[in-house]
Amino acid sequence: MTNDEIMRTVKEYILKTFLPGEDPKALTESTQLITGGVLDSLATLELVSFIEQQYGIELQAHEVDAANLGTLPAIAALVQSKVVART
Amino acid sequence: MSDTTLHRMMETAAHRFPDRTAVDDPGKGTMTYQDLARLSDKLRDRLAGMGVKPGDRVGLYMAKSIDAIVSIFGILKTGAAYVPVDPGAPAPRCAYILNNCSVRVIITERRLADELTGELTALGSVPPLFIIDEPRDGVLPLSRLLQAEDEKNPAPVVASADPGPDGLAYILYTSGSTGKPKGVMLTHRCAVSYVDWCSAVFLPTPEDRFSSHAPLHFDLSILDIYVPLKHGATLILIGEELGKDPLNLAPLIAEKRITVWYSTPSILSLLAQYGKLARHDYSALRFVFFAGEVFPVPQLRALHALWPHPRYFNLYGPTETNVCTYYEVPAQIPPERTEPFPIGKTCEHLECKVVDLDGSTVPRGAEGELVVWGPGVMIGYWNLPEQNAAAFMVDPDGKKWYHTGDLVVEEPNGDYIFHGRRDRMVKRRGYRVELGEIEAGLATHPQAKEVAVVALPDRDAGVRIKAFLSIKNGKAPSIIEMKQFCMETLPKYMVPDVFTFLEALPRTSTDKIDYQKLKETN
Repeated sequence: MTNDEIMRTVKEYILKTFLPGEDPKALTESTQLITGGVLDSLATLELVSFIEQQYGIELQAHEVDAANLGTLPAIAALVQSKVVART
Repeated sequence: MSDTTLHRMMETAAHRFPDRTAVDDPGKGTMTYQDLARLSDKLRDRLAGMGVKPGDRVGLYMAKSIDAIVSIFGILKTGAAYVPVDPGAPAPRCAYILNNCSVRVIITERRLADELTGELTALGSVPPLFIIDEPRDGVLPLSRLLQAEDEKNPAPVVASADPGPDGLAYILYTSGSTGKPKGVMLTHRCAVSYVDWCSAVFLPTPEDRFSSHAPLHFDLSILDIYVPLKHGATLILIGEELGKDPLNLAPLIAEKRITVWYSTPSILSLLAQYGKLARHDYSALRFVFFAGEVFPVPQLRALHALWPHPRYFNLYGPTETNVCTYYEVPAQIPPERTEPFPIGKTCEHLECKVVDLDGSTVPRGAEGELVVWGPGVMIGYWNLPEQNAAAFMVDPDGKKWYHTGDLVVEEPNGDYIFHGRRDRMVKRRGYRVELGEIEAGLATHPQAKEVAVVALPDRDAGVRIKAFLSIKNGKAPSIIEMKQFCMETLPKYMVPDVFTFLEALPRTSTDKIDYQKLKETN
């Protein structure tokens, strides 16, 4: 599983769930998901649940923050580190 | 009912329980009653030295912290009212509030001071700022400063003021339909009568440990702060970030052995859903109070299954009255129940009745607007004579009844059932949101031609806020750009969930925006 694959999956989920009607091109690797208002606190929790189920990992409470979940590349890196730790 | 003031109430407790912990900010520090009393005296002297006099307003523009609690009492002791402003809200909105009620001094943090000064300068007047550092590594910057002063100069400079029960204690700004927040003015009598009612009904003890989950600019904070500090109990501060993070909040409630929890239903639902509550020991918890919005029964039932032992109360009331009705959720929630629980019976320090559009009392069982009278009711909105005239109804006995705008029905046993609103106000995560304020914010977008906002009920989120816009020229901004714009313009809880761009907004035959049609638009 590559970072690009993870980003594609997460991007699709975010567009479908939190940005209905948005042009997919507007959601880029530099889009600030949390500070930019795409994900509010409730949406962040929903995203965490999605990631945990999709990749069979568990995020710790202290990992759920803007540094780890603030952009698509940050999310991909977090998922990769968890998947690697598991195998 | 006692004629005391909020600061005297705390002083009385400090005299009886000097060594007990008054405030605990987890991970940052604790403060005893005698220190809270002594350091707020020092701040009073400082503020008096900056020109604060009885009857003034003082802005409180900082994160919730022990220093913020010291500040509140320091301000009250000068005889001034405190005006708590959300440090997470966009600076222009905060500056508007502080300018609107012409505060004499603003207590703020260094990280917020420059932007605030810029915004206030644009409004034409910058009152003196009392700038403190952010608390870190267990150091409380304001408290340390005041402590040093106390060691140098232990004698009081001025005495604590006695503004009397009719003195203004605080102004809480809520969403205004015209796009500008409006200031709800509450006196010591308003707060003390409510706190005394809480004492009589919930019988707090010095052993209690109260959560302070709500932000200080939210009316839930009145119970949070003043009920424990009247009784020698401990106030456990929960900051904004932690407050919306069920993963970290759940263990904290257990570790701190919180006995009285008070918040909006939103965070309680999240705790039940994400907080892994079964892993922790909540045996200390004896009360769960919720307020601010309807608690959907499925979510309440889920929480009740995980926390079966505390008593649950629905506390209802707008900022203008604070809690005015209350309802105890039955110990067993019937499995077939789906409709929300009642908002309950009138609190004993107030009177409520249900009226029609003419102000006549409707027969029991008929729908009407809830109006409230009594010592807990605000004295009015700051400097808004027209809205004040509309907010109150004076009866032949001279009683001023506050129009809540909430439509209710009174059941045969005296419980009120909430049916909805008379206007365009909605509750989102417990916050009051005037859809007109969101529209006014969106209308400031340079490309916006027409804007309209509707709220639709949602099973999980309570309500979903949908914005519709038509654009002046060129390409419509992306939804992400609109969300970013809203984050800079509106408080977070007002940012719409969904944006839809239309060629033109639908109109009724009288050329008004057709909100009904928009609600049906997918």
